[in-house]
Amino acid sequence: MKYIDEYRDPALAKGLLDKIVKLSEQIKETVIIMEVCGSHTNAIGRFGFRGMMPENIRLISGPGCPVCVTSIHDVDVALHLASQKNVIFATFGDMLRVPGSQGKSLQKTRAAGADVRVVASAIDCVSLAQTHTDKEIIFMGIGFETTSPTIASTILTCKKRGIFNFSVFSVHKVIPPALQALIDDPALNINGFLCPGHVSTIIGTSAYELITEAGRAAVVTGFEPVDILEGIFMILNQIVEDRKTVAIQYSRGVKPEGNPRAREIMMSVFYPGDSEWRGLGSIPRSGLVIKEPYAAFDALKKFEVPEIHSVEMKGCCCGDILRGIKAPNECPLFKRVCTPLNPGGPCMVSSEGTCAAYYAYHQD
Amino acid sequence: MCIGFPGKIISIDKDNFAVIDISGTRREVCLDLVDEEVTIGDYVISHAGYAIHRIDEELAEEKLDLLREILAHEIY
Repeated sequence: MKYIDEYRDPALAKGLLDKIVKLSEQIKETVIIMEVCGSHTNAIGRFGFRGMMPENIRLISGPGCPVCVTSIHDVDVALHLASQKNVIFATFGDMLRVPGSQGKSLQKTRAAGADVRVVASAIDCVSLAQTHTDKEIIFMGIGFETTSPTIASTILTCKKRGIFNFSVFSVHKVIPPALQALIDDPALNINGFLCPGHVSTIIGTSAYELITEAGRAAVVTGFEPVDILEGIFMILNQIVEDRKTVAIQYSRGVKPEGNPRAREIMMSVFYPGDSEWRGLGSIPRSGLVIKEPYAAFDALKKFEVPEIHSVEMKGCCCGDILRGIKAPNECPLFKRVCTPLNPGGPCMVSSEGTCAAYYAYHQD
Repeated sequence: MCIGFPGKIISIDKDNFAVIDISGTRREVCLDLVDEEVTIGDYVISHAGYAIHRIDEELAEEKLDLLREILAHEIY
């Protein structure tokens, strides 16, 4: 497959790995590199990069999986909305098994009779709404800057076509404020960030200057083995040369200015609001709220949501794991109570979750 | 979740939807979010039913050649 196979070339990967080893010998300290994209988490696990790194290079995972960082309260609100009469609740597949309070999930809510459907795109809701004119379609809008423009565009399409039995429960989040929180966290000392490729396709590189201004390396990285190794190599280079600039490894997918058109569409429908992240707490202006002119498409305005007291599962370390403070095997529930078949926390649910990746690919 | 695939545009309809070919699998994607003019034969990165980026083939080729050269000639 063009633009994939070339980036899985074993010779290139081997060459890069050798360079990484050589560069690491020039660095005395331990280098901590965090990826903040679930697709990176999955790829690093799948290709076994963690075990291949020299001893002083540590790869840790950050809050890069949208379903994982969704607060348990938002999951509970989703469960409430999905249980309403005359509603078709649609969302991405990753969300279905994420546990809310008391281990309830959308999957279990569906088993209890709710009409919960998995869609591959928000735009699929347009045909759902047109086919089921007697029903209310609620879409749980989840994801980072890569995804939120697609939901904004769907809302614009519905408005244009006069489809009003459709609304969005927006739990979208934006990445830069979370990066700031990670940099400011005294428990963490991250030397370099593998910045998320497809988020950057939309937002470009300027948002990452907060990383380099804090003296850390930042490389916008793609998702194939050669991409990730080159991203790590470029981070080490910035550290060795003591020259921190936001660099793009994934140039076939990212322009420095990003995609202004997608951003414009996103910000015509949403405005930044405070948002609760699992693990990181409430971060100002890190969420996306639907603007007043599109209030008819805001599920939180259309449906009444009672006060819900959400309770996390006892012992679950997802919060610390999402901040990179704990590894999955340091959680008392990991592999014992919490498994992909019976997930206790969100990091075990999605294939992009840190715990799921460790469960599938790590021996220890 | 921010997963995206490179695909080649096979056709474009009047509603600005394209059929793209991802290694033999065909998918319909909306072109409303792409910030550049795209035509049949172009490669785009698609995500959640939308194309989000047109791949500059020349640039991608150049970048890969450069990497091969760096590795072959022990630069660094």
